[in-house]
Amino acid sequence: MGALTEAVLLAAVAVGSVRCAHAMLRVSWPRRSPAAAILLWQALGLAGGLAAVGALLAIGVSGPGPQAGVLGGFRLLANRAASGQLVAPHQPLVLTGIRFTALIAGFALFTALCGVLVMAFAGAVSARRRQRELLALLAHGDPKVPGALVIDYPAAAAYCLPGIRSQIVVSAGTLDLLGPAELTAVLAHERAHVRARHDLVLIPFTALRRTFPRSRVIAQAYRTVALLVEMMADDHALRVRGLLPRELATALLRFGTAGTDGAPAGALAVAEGELTARVTRLLTPQPPLPRAAQVAVVIGSAALVAVPLLLLVV
Amino acid sequence: MNRLGDLERAIMEVLWQTDSALTVRQVSNGLTQSLAHTTVMTVLDRLAKKGFARRERDGRAWRYRPAATREAYVAELMLTALAQTGDRDAALARFAQSVSGAEAEVLIEALSGLELEHQEGETEGDSGGQLWGH
Repeated sequence: MGALTEAVLLAAVAVGSVRCAHAMLRVSWPRRSPAAAILLWQALGLAGGLAAVGALLAIGVSGPGPQAGVLGGFRLLANRAASGQLVAPHQPLVLTGIRFTALIAGFALFTALCGVLVMAFAGAVSARRRQRELLALLAHGDPKVPGALVIDYPAAAAYCLPGIRSQIVVSAGTLDLLGPAELTAVLAHERAHVRARHDLVLIPFTALRRTFPRSRVIAQAYRTVALLVEMMADDHALRVRGLLPRELATALLRFGTAGTDGAPAGALAVAEGELTARVTRLLTPQPPLPRAAQVAVVIGSAALVAVPLLLLVV
Repeated sequence: MNRLGDLERAIMEVLWQTDSALTVRQVSNGLTQSLAHTTVMTVLDRLAKKGFARRERDGRAWRYRPAATREAYVAELMLTALAQTGDRDAALARFAQSVSGAEAEVLIEALSGLELEHQEGETEGDSGGQLWGH
């Protein structure tokens, strides 16, 4: 396949991914099967990124002579460069210019995406290290919340630090606010985050959002995936024996409405209705997607990533 | 928590208890357990390196004081945890963000509805709330 044909196909995959992301923001099934939906979101992000980078590179290596795809094109380009003929002879200068621009843009996009991903991860790791250092000096245990650390602070706060040395942290205010069953629900929810490494699920979307801070679809995608991750953790939490959806729901309600003391006034509003969505889902649960549909989502996600990869290699 | 962590914590407690800068000996005296002078010195040195303690020269000895109050560190921890920016940091996963305005009103109503329902359920002999608890 010629590199230019591949460029067209890869561009189509990139555009398709964005279209599909728009569609995913509108449909309602993800809330029924958050895990499957998150997988599809990951595939969309990965396929879109790969295809966009790949399309630019494919344009960059397209040119006269034998056609051998993106990888083959790079080989040809390397050969030409080795023989001192980086600019192919008998070619209009404009075309050569476009090719080099695309090549540079492709590399730049790839470097930016990877760089931001690494930075987002490194930032999270260092913030967690600071948290752990502070916790070591300030936190204590409490029999009400076995396995978690307690910080003497009056407002409601509960979170986990994911990672190899994971930690669940609860404020003293939370212990006063919630009943025993609700505390169990909070711990179960946080343990689900820790165990399934949900932080890693979100990191690519954090990175994407930092790369394209003005993109509305990426911002919405980020919030949607973040909410799906919370829903997935809610689902996992309910697997704890004897824990009722109502208890998790009241924990969420008490927690969310406990007052925003100390929060800076005029701060940006949290995504509208996130808490409402979680509570509604707990109190009026909908059946998960049928198994066949879930399998279809998994296969579709795999295919979505495989197509641009194959196009780049073949 | 490891032993070194426990020592750091105990020594920070001593530093936080007073307003003045303390010598290694004064810190040792403030500890409940008796520790070798060099151990206390090492831990204080570590705390200074981590930025939790500041040291200042006093003649031939060093004096140590906390870099910030305990409350300031708690505030730092909780500020990250309660960050209301809507831009969830990837560092940690919160249980739930607090809500305000119209959504909060609706949710408070929902909560009291749930509580009422639960109380009625209890009086009717519903054991839902007692399933767990031991």
